Amino acid sequence: MSGTITKVSGPLVVAEGLADANVSDVVRVGSQHLIGEILNMTGDRASIQVYEETSGLGPGAKVVTTGMPMSVELGPGMLDNIYDGIQRPLPEMRAAAGDSITRGIDVPALNREKRWDFVPVAKPGDKVGPGDVLGTVQETSAILHKIMVPNGIKGEVVSVESGSHVVTDVIAVVRDGKGKEHELTMIQRWPVRIARPYEKKYVPSRPMNSGQRIIDTMFPIAKGGTAAVPGPFGSGKTVVQHQLAKWSDVDIVVYIGCGERGNEMTDVLMEFPELKDPRNGEPLMKRTVLIANTSDMPVAAREASIYTGITIAEYFRDMGYDVAVLADSTSRWAEALREMSGRLEEMPGEEGYPAYLASRLAQFYERAGVVECLGQDERRGSVTAIGAVSPPGGDISEPVSQATMRIVKVFWALDSSLAYARHFPAINWLTSYSLYLDTLEPWYTEQFGEAYMQNRTKAMHILQEESELQEIVRLVGQDALSPADRLTMETAKMIREDFLQQNAFVDEDAYSSYAKQFRLMDLVLRYDAICREALDKGVDMNALFTIPAREKIGRAKMADAKTFAADYDAIEAQMKKEIAEVIAGGEDA
Amino acid sequence: MIKEYKTIREIASPLMVVEHVEGVTYDELGELELPNGEVRRCKVLEVEGDKAVVQLFESAQGINLAQTKVRFLGHPQQLAVSEDMLGRVFNGMGRPIDGGPDILADAHMDINGLPMNPAARAYPAEFIQTGVSTIDGLNTLVRGQKLPIFSGSGLPHAALAAQIARQARVLGDNETFAVVFAAIGITFEESEYFINDFRRTGAIDRTVVFSNLANDPAVERIATPRMALTAAEYLAFEKDMQVLVILTDITNYAEALREVSAAKKEVPGRRGYPGYLYTDLATLYERAGRRQGKKGSITMIPILTMPEDDKTHPIPDLTGYITEGQIILSRDLHRKGIVPPVDVLPSLSRLKDKGIGAGKTREDHAGTMNQLFAAYSRGKDAKELMTILGEAALSEDDKLFAKFADEFEKRYVSQGNNTNRTIQETLDLGWELLKILPRRELKRIKPEFIDKYLPQE
Repeated sequence: MSGTITKVSGPLVVAEGLADANVSDVVRVGSQHLIGEILNMTGDRASIQVYEETSGLGPGAKVVTTGMPMSVELGPGMLDNIYDGIQRPLPEMRAAAGDSITRGIDVPALNREKRWDFVPVAKPGDKVGPGDVLGTVQETSAILHKIMVPNGIKGEVVSVESGSHVVTDVIAVVRDGKGKEHELTMIQRWPVRIARPYEKKYVPSRPMNSGQRIIDTMFPIAKGGTAAVPGPFGSGKTVVQHQLAKWSDVDIVVYIGCGERGNEMTDVLMEFPELKDPRNGEPLMKRTVLIANTSDMPVAAREASIYTGITIAEYFRDMGYDVAVLADSTSRWAEALREMSGRLEEMPGEEGYPAYLASRLAQFYERAGVVECLGQDERRGSVTAIGAVSPPGGDISEPVSQATMRIVKVFWALDSSLAYARHFPAINWLTSYSLYLDTLEPWYTEQFGEAYMQNRTKAMHILQEESELQEIVRLVGQDALSPADRLTMETAKMIREDFLQQNAFVDEDAYSSYAKQFRLMDLVLRYDAICREALDKGVDMNALFTIPAREKIGRAKMADAKTFAADYDAIEAQMKKEIAEVIAGGEDA
Repeated sequence: MIKEYKTIREIASPLMVVEHVEGVTYDELGELELPNGEVRRCKVLEVEGDKAVVQLFESAQGINLAQTKVRFLGHPQQLAVSEDMLGRVFNGMGRPIDGGPDILADAHMDINGLPMNPAARAYPAEFIQTGVSTIDGLNTLVRGQKLPIFSGSGLPHAALAAQIARQARVLGDNETFAVVFAAIGITFEESEYFINDFRRTGAIDRTVVFSNLANDPAVERIATPRMALTAAEYLAFEKDMQVLVILTDITNYAEALREVSAAKKEVPGRRGYPGYLYTDLATLYERAGRRQGKKGSITMIPILTMPEDDKTHPIPDLTGYITEGQIILSRDLHRKGIVPPVDVLPSLSRLKDKGIGAGKTREDHAGTMNQLFAAYSRGKDAKELMTILGEAALSEDDKLFAKFADEFEKRYVSQGNNTNRTIQETLDLGWELLKILPRRELKRIKPEFIDKYLPQE
C-alpha cells in the first residue's frame, strides 16, 4: 500500500492515498526509505512524523506503510549496546555509514550473525503460556537472558533446540489449542507505546540502594517507584543520573539520553565498561542498555526514545529482574511533543505544550512498578523510573515540572545556589521529598534497627532548625544565639558538609553502603549529643567546636569501604576523650 | 535542467510564496533574479502540493512579483571548502569579501552538517591552557569542548575571547591550529577589534572570518554560524587541524530565528522565541567535538549577551542546557575594575574533571579547585553579612574567609588581558591564597597535598 507526499514541513510530512494505513503505523518515506510514523488520518490523508532529517523531500515522493505500529525487537544482544531513539544500534550505524548519522540506514536492532548458546528449560510436552521461560542464554557475564513465550501464544511444547543459534533461528515449536504450530525464535516484537502485560502489580516495599547518602538516608526511592530530578543547568542533574546508573542495586539499567549532549553519552560509553559493579565485580556496561538521541539528532525520534527505553525495561522486568530506567531529560521529550503538536496545528495548552502533555507523562511513569510477571513460576520484577526535568530558568512552575510532580513519589530538587558553593549532589534537603518513607521504614528497621530512621528524623529536624536560625543570624548576628542554638548550627553544618556532600569523582566517596551511611550519620549525631550534655555543664562552646577530632569527622566519609567501622570507632573514641578533656579543663579553670 | 518560475504570489519579508512549482523539495536552496540582473538567495521552508514557502536571506526590497525569476538549485545550501580559506574573509553567506578570488573548491559541503554519531565521538580530555586563571584553574577548558561566554551589553567579552584565542595552547604539542571566527550581527568596530587582534599576533593567516555585521541582512544570520562550522568541520576532520571556533553574538542569531518564526506565524514559545530554539541551537553547538581516529578537533566558544543580564532568559538558558558549562561575566566585578570580570561561582566547565589532575595539570588541581570555590562562596556570604551587621558580627573564621574573598578577586581573578599565566603559576597562586585560611578548614584537599604544596611561613 503506498501513497504520495503532498506536503513537507520539517519533520512533518502529509501524504495522500493511504486509506488502508492505520493510525500509528510505521511508514517508509521517499526514495531513501526514511522511517516515519502516522500521527493522524483524515480520509486517505495521513500526517506523518518522520524520524530522520527530511531535507530534500518534496511532493510526489512515495510513502509506503509497513502495516505495523512502532515496535522494538526484544531478545539477546541489547545489553552492552547503544541505540538511537528508534532502536538502531549506533556502533553498527557507524560501521555502515561513518562518523555521522546519515539517512535511510537500515540495520537490525539485534545482531543477526552473533551466535548464542541456548539452554532449554522447557521440555517437549510441557504446557506453556505467555511469559513462560523456554530456555536461557548467557547474554553477558552479568545477566542470564530468559527466552520467554511471546504474548498470545499458549499450548504444548512440540520441540526445543538446544545449542548455538542466531536470534532468528527457531528454538522451540509450540502447538496451540487449535492444533496450529508456532515456530518461536529468540526475538519478540512489541509496540513501544503499549505497556507490556503482567499478572499483578504490587505496592513497592523495598528501597533501591543507590550508594548516595542524601538519597538512601534522606529521600529514598523504592524499587518499582518513580522519581524526578528537576534542576536548572549546571546543578548536576546528569551527574546524579550517572551515579544512579552506576551504583543502583538493580539488575539492569536502561539509560535514555533524550535530547542531551553527545559527549555525555560518549562519557557513559567510555566509562561504564571500565567501572565494576560493587556487588558482583562485573563491568557495569554488561548490565546496561543505552538509548541515545542527542540534541542534534532528529527531533521526532526523541519523542520515541522514551518509549523505546521503557519497553526494553519492561521486557527485562518480565524475566524477573529489577530494572532502573533513567531518562535524561523528560523536558526535551516534552519539547519534541510540543514541536510536533505545533506543526500539526493543534490548539496549544500551557506555554505551547499540547493539552495531552500531562496524560502522556503519566502514562510513561505509570509503566514503572513492582509486578508479578506472566508465567507459571510467579517470579517478580520491577521497573523503577527516574526522570530528569530541565525547567527553563530553573523555575519549576512550568508545565513539565508541574505535571511530573503530580505523578512521581520522590522529588530530588536540585538547587543552583548549592551547586555554586560546590555542594554536590546539589539536592536541596528542605524542598526535596520522598513519599516512600512510610512504606520503606519497616525494611530499614528490620535491617539496621530503629536507630536508622530515628537518626534520619533527628538530622532532618536539625537541618530544619538551622534554616530558621539562619534567618535570625541574618537579622541580628550570630552572637544573639544561645550556645545550644550555636551547637545546632554547628551540627547542621557537619551534616551538610560531612554527610550530605558526596564527591562522585573520588573513588572512596562515590559509593557509600547503608552501614557506612548509618555509622557516619551516627558519628555526627553522637558528637551533637555529647556536646549538648557538655554545654549543659557550662563548658565553653568554642573549645568544643575546635577539638582535633572534628577534622577527622570531616574526612570520615573518605574512609575505606572495608575498614570504615574500625576507623569510625577510633574517631568516636578520640572525640569522646577530647570532649571529656575539654570538660575537665573547664572544671579546673 | 533547472526550471525558472515567474510565479511569485506573495512576499511578506522574509517569506515568499511561489506557485505552480514542480519537484521542489524541503530545505532546497533557491535563487531569485531581479529584473536588473541582481541575484539573491533563498531556501524552501515548506512545500505543499505545487506551492512552496520560501525564506529570503536578503531584503525583499525591489522585488517585483511579476518579473522576478525564481530558480531552485536541487540541493541544500552548500559551502565551497578548501585549505585556501585560511586567511580569508567571507560574508555571512560564504562569499569572499576581501577582494580576493573565489575559493577553488576542494569539496562542496552541506552547511547543515549531519548529527555526529555518539558512538563515534571521542571524549574531550586534553587540557587547553588559556593562560587565564579563572578558566585554567577553576573552569578548565578541554579540546573539543563547547564553552560559551555569557556576557551583558557593555561588558568586555570581546577582550576575554580575544585573549583566549591568542593564548590558548595544548601543553607539549605542536599540531596545526586554526581559528574560525563568525561575526553574527555585531558592529563593525567589534568585528574589527577581533580582526586587528588576530592581525597583531599573526594569527590572521590561520584564521577564517565569516562576517555578518549589524547592517547586513538579519535573516542571513541564520546561515552564518553554519557556514563557519562547516568550514571548521572541514579543517578539523579532513585536514587534521585543531580548530577554535568563536561565534559572536548568539543573541543576534536567535533574534533572526525569531523573526522568521514570527513571519511563519508559528506558535511562539517563551518570549516569542520558537519552540524549537533548543533543537536549533543544539544543531550548532553539538558540532563541536572530537571523533575517534581523527586528529583534529573543534573547540567552540560562543558568546552571547544576556538581555538584562538575565541568565534565565531563553537564549542563555537553553544554551546552558546544551553547552558543557559556561563562563559568566559579572557587571559588579566589572564596576570594581576587575579584569576579566569572570563571575567564578556560577561559571562552570562540565568537562574539567577528565582534563585535570596528575599527568595533565597537577595532582592537587581537583582538590584546590573545589576548595577555592567553596572558600570564595563562604567568603562572599560573610561579606554580605558584614555589610548588614558590621564586622563585629562575624566569627573569627568568617573574617578570614571575607579577607580571602577580597584577595581572591584582586589577585586570582583580576589578572588583566595581557597576562598569560601557566597552569603552575595559577595553581601556586591558589595555594598562596589558601594560606589565609586555617588549615582545618581545608577539608576538600587531601592532607598529603596540603603538606606538599601549602607554602610554609
